[in-house]
Amino acid sequence: MLYVAVALSSFRRYSTYTAATLAGIFTNSVFGVIISFSYIAVWKENPGAGGYDVTDALTYCWLAQAMIMTIAIWNGGTTDDVAERIRTGDVAIDLYRPVSFLGWFLAGDLGRAAYHLLTRGVAPTVVGALLFDLHFPGSPLTYLAFLVSVALGVVVSFSIRMLVATSAFWLLDQSGLLTLSSVFAMFFSGLVVPLVLFPEPFRSVVLALPWSAFVQVPIDIWLGQRHGAGVLGGLAFQAGWGAVLLLACAGLLRLADRRVVVQGG
Amino acid sequence: MARLAWDARAFTILAAMWVRVGWSYRTSFVVLTLSTLVISGVDFVAIVVMFANVDALGGFGLGQIGFLYGATAVCLGLADLAVGNVQRLGRRVRLGTFDAMMVRPVGVFAQMCADEFAFRRVGRIAQGAAVLAWSLSVVDVDWGPARLAMLVSMLVCGAAIFLGLFVLGATFQFVSGDASEVANAFTYGGNTMTQYPLTIYPTEVVKALTFLVPVAFVNWYPALFILDVPDPFGLPDWLRFAAPVAALLLCTLAALAWRTGVRHYRSTGS
Repeated sequence: MLYVAVALSSFRRYSTYTAATLAGIFTNSVFGVIISFSYIAVWKENPGAGGYDVTDALTYCWLAQAMIMTIAIWNGGTTDDVAERIRTGDVAIDLYRPVSFLGWFLAGDLGRAAYHLLTRGVAPTVVGALLFDLHFPGSPLTYLAFLVSVALGVVVSFSIRMLVATSAFWLLDQSGLLTLSSVFAMFFSGLVVPLVLFPEPFRSVVLALPWSAFVQVPIDIWLGQRHGAGVLGGLAFQAGWGAVLLLACAGLLRLADRRVVVQGG
Repeated sequence: MARLAWDARAFTILAAMWVRVGWSYRTSFVVLTLSTLVISGVDFVAIVVMFANVDALGGFGLGQIGFLYGATAVCLGLADLAVGNVQRLGRRVRLGTFDAMMVRPVGVFAQMCADEFAFRRVGRIAQGAAVLAWSLSVVDVDWGPARLAMLVSMLVCGAAIFLGLFVLGATFQFVSGDASEVANAFTYGGNTMTQYPLTIYPTEVVKALTFLVPVAFVNWYPALFILDVPDPFGLPDWLRFAAPVAALLLCTLAALAWRTGVRHYRSTGS
């Protein structure tokens, strides 16, 4: 219950920035249009590229725009607070709260993601559907699987962001690592170009990396590129990476807890 | 005129100071510059990945697209280096630090650009220049004084067009500070749009990019001249030489908007 309350407050916290949300939707939509035309050009030359047809590709483009803020591909979310609190020393309070440190911030991040999905996820998708012919799943089960997949994507993204944030315990200046991690996330999530377009053997490699859980896996479920056991396989892939990375976060936090003296102490 | 010279001098001094500040954290400085280079390169790798699936986009090969990409990247990089910091106007207004700038004996605009001057942005220019140089080594260009002059004019006018867009976007923040992301659609969006040959867009879009938000002059029209390609949309040939006019008009508009914004600015808070 506690974590639900945390998630709900986080949802409300993010919902106060209406002008920023509208501006973001506008910008996502402009980029959606630009990328749509570049995909149309690619699929005109090669109608079956990556196993998609042009409708799949356009759907991919708009759903990817919808994922940017939802998954927090370019960093952001509650992990930014963690990094800031480590720098100021406030993290000491978070560490001796009688609740799980990771649970607390993960719940907050899921609440944020829910808000971003309903605004910056749904709005660009609607704009895209008005401007272009997009693919919508026929079965409610597919929508359900997609939602679960997005939630798992948030978990994987949260753990990677948290790993970077906790490095602030050791590193004085994090900006290099932050930038590096956002480059990886941007490219290997499939945000700039669908991972299925990569030539082999790169394709198999990038599809196995945790970042493919951000954009490629959820969208493949939506598109029906994964169906039946494929859907479960995709979800298991995301859950597996999520579990491994959360464990890594927990391990790193323990190390920090033991070794690091909070500044000013 | 004297005022302009004084502002330019103040900009140089302040910017140089911020470069020294950055340089005192050397590792961070190098890492950040390199990551700026890598980040802006991601777009081009994406185009290369697309070309693993196709031979041409909108009738243009990878070399020609590299030319368009490199040109727009260098132009955006130059504008971003010089005036990119004006994008922080909304935050400055909110924090009240903009008021502090208004009482100092240097123009507000020069201060805005120079404050926290980010030299790492040369990373983007370097990356764009590298792609541009590579593209020039693979495409056939019949070089002569006219084409060389066009290459230089393209980079100067293109940078000026992005500069105008940055300033107009920042001016919009006088109206709504929270909505700063809208400007990105025009600056970075304009950059992304011009990375591809305009033949991938419908004619109406191309007309809008020519007469409304003139980013087509950043690289498209000059490239048609340099690469000697007939206009696929059948628009008049003189457009190839009109980039300086577009840049001048846009920058004048931006300057007027900025002045109006500063004149009508009222502090936040009570």
